[in-house]
Amino acid sequence: MKFLVTVKRVTDYEAKVKLKADKSGVETAGVNMIVNPFDEIAVEEALRQKDKTGGGEVVVCSIGSADATAQIRSALAMGADRGILVKHDGAIDPFHVARVLQKVVEKEKPDVVLMGKQAIDDDSGQAAQILAELLGWGQATSANTVTLEGGKATVVREADGGLETVACELPCVITADLRLNEPRYASLPGIMKAKKKPLDELTPDALGVKVENRVVVKGFEEPAQKKAGQKVADVAALVDKLKNEAKAL
Amino acid sequence: MATHLIVVEHQSGKLNKASLSAFAAAAKVGGDLHALVLGQGVGEIAKAVAPYAKKVHVGEHAGVKDRLAQPYAKCITDVANAIGATHVWAAASNAGKDLMPRVAARMDAAMASDVSAVVDEKTFKRPMWAGNVIGTVELTTAKKVITVRPTEFTAPAAGAAGEVASVSVDPGASKMSFVKFDAVVSDRPLLQDARVIVAAGRGVKGPEGIKTVLEPLADTLSAAIGASRAVCDAGWAPNDWQIGQTGKVVAPELYFAVGLSGAIQHVAGMKGSKCIVAINKDPEAPIFQVADYGLVGDLFKVIPELTEAIKKAKG
Ligand SMILES: Cc1cc2nc3c(=O)[nH]c(=O)nc-3n(C[C@H](O)[C@H](O)[C@H](O)COP(=O)(O)OP(=O)(O)OC[C@H]3O[C@@H](n4cnc5c(N)ncnc54)[C@H](O)[C@@H]3O)c2cc1C
Ligand SMILES: Nc1ncnc2c1ncn2[C@@H]1O[C@H](COP(=O)(O)O)[C@@H](O)[C@H]1O
Repeated sequence: MKFLVTVKRVTDYEAKVKLKADKSGVETAGVNMIVNPFDEIAVEEALRQKDKTGGGEVVVCSIGSADATAQIRSALAMGADRGILVKHDGAIDPFHVARVLQKVVEKEKPDVVLMGKQAIDDDSGQAAQILAELLGWGQATSANTVTLEGGKATVVREADGGLETVACELPCVITADLRLNEPRYASLPGIMKAKKKPLDELTPDALGVKVENRVVVKGFEEPAQKKAGQKVADVAALVDKLKNEAKAL
Repeated sequence: MATHLIVVEHQSGKLNKASLSAFAAAAKVGGDLHALVLGQGVGEIAKAVAPYAKKVHVGEHAGVKDRLAQPYAKCITDVANAIGATHVWAAASNAGKDLMPRVAARMDAAMASDVSAVVDEKTFKRPMWAGNVIGTVELTTAKKVITVRPTEFTAPAAGAAGEVASVSVDPGASKMSFVKFDAVVSDRPLLQDARVIVAAGRGVKGPEGIKTVLEPLADTLSAAIGASRAVCDAGWAPNDWQIGQTGKVVAPELYFAVGLSGAIQHVAGMKGSKCIVAINKDPEAPIFQVADYGLVGDLFKVIPELTEAIKKAKG
């Protein structure tokens, strides 16, 4: 089976997030950049499903600046077969990510598109569902378990109040939730091999997509800071505070 | 003038109260509020939201019995277009997150996810980077789709009941089907509705810790129980209990973080709580930075003591 997996270059989730001095954006100078954690899970799932379903190909795609090559290489080092960088400098909203991916899908004709349930920088959680609608495909978001069998994907989803199971005809779009799997670490030979794997470069233009963002970020601010709390000595003091100061009991 | 369509969520015959936050957010823009209830046998749900809308559209069809994104997106878009909606809203619940981007694509509308404030009819504020920054976003398309962070908008006051009318819907052809839903059964209040939440971190050491130490405290306070990702990943608690950037966002009156370090991804889901209490044996744990009251100690000793003391204090 053929898998297309998307990988976004994002700031490390362990890094401290700070606004630039002029508040024009989040400071990335000197900040470690990683593969969006959900996308890493998507890559892992594609690799496992490829093995389970008797082979095929895992193609990874990132849309971003030339720097995003590093994230594609790290997916190749995990074991993906081939990479596509759609080179675009500057902001791109989820709709245009989906439009670009739609074109890539038309070229590549994957059986399954695997993505992350959200990018941990913009926290939008939109691109996959938009792509599914543009393609007229079924979707399964927040996947916890995926079974590919009989021309369909049966997916257990992490829903509100429990686990929901849906089935989608192939091809379809699936997004990874945290508990879908635990991504492997790239091995040293994997990293070496990744350097030689094919990596094509495209542009939105070449794909016939004009990026005119329709979600425009006008500015950033720091969230309201909570006033500093206090430590209490023991249980009695805590109950007293909760009862008489916070009036929370 | 703006015309709003609010997609009403329901589960097992009950209104999901988070939907009311979408009415509240839409009201901030101004204009007419319409509601849409899709499903089968959903008359009671329609009645429940009538006091918040000018008109409630009820679309009943076998093809929308289960909430599947593809047929739902078509029905919502058809109704939105028929009433000339400028804005389509839903709560940023798991269902809203699954569904609404698809609606946006179908309507050719821009979408703002999980908004925490309405600036004007096209401008919204939303947490990004796990709530470390707040972005102000403008949607440049004529039609707009918005999901609303329920904890940031108080449910509106009930007004005179609006008209309830059925609308014919056509789910169209769909490439997806519903298989089953395995509900987490619990007698406790829902995390989203609870006045008090007791949240378990890895410090509880296992499901036994939740059962023997946290549950008695939760019982005493009629609290819901939540958990960190680490606890859910370990299988000590259902995934549905996860609070955080990628789990549920909650804002109860009182939140107990027990044996939980306070990683930014967790804090993103609970820092809006009115009063936060942290119990952790490590005085340097980051959770103390967001706690109103911190107690350094071993939870296995502190929590049973606290449970007894609260029982006494409540008389
Ligand atoms: C993409 C991504 C998304 C994520 N989303 C979420 C999310 O939505 N929600 C979430 O919670 N996490 C999320 N995480 C994980 C998060 O980064 C942390 O790993 C997680 O929250 C840690 O859980 P914890 O506090 O239970 O465990 P730990 O960090 O291991 O903390 C355990 C704490 O218990 C204390 N302790 C131990 N024993 C005792 C005792 N006997 N008495 C008192 N205290 C004790 C320790 O001092 C420690 O502070 C996400 C991570 C990533 C990468
Ligand atoms: N620039 C990008 N390049 C590759 N994939 C992306 C990009 N932006 C978003 N995605 C994918 O879409 C998912 C959802 O992103 P978002 O809608 O931005 O939260 C991510 O987990 C990625 O898999």
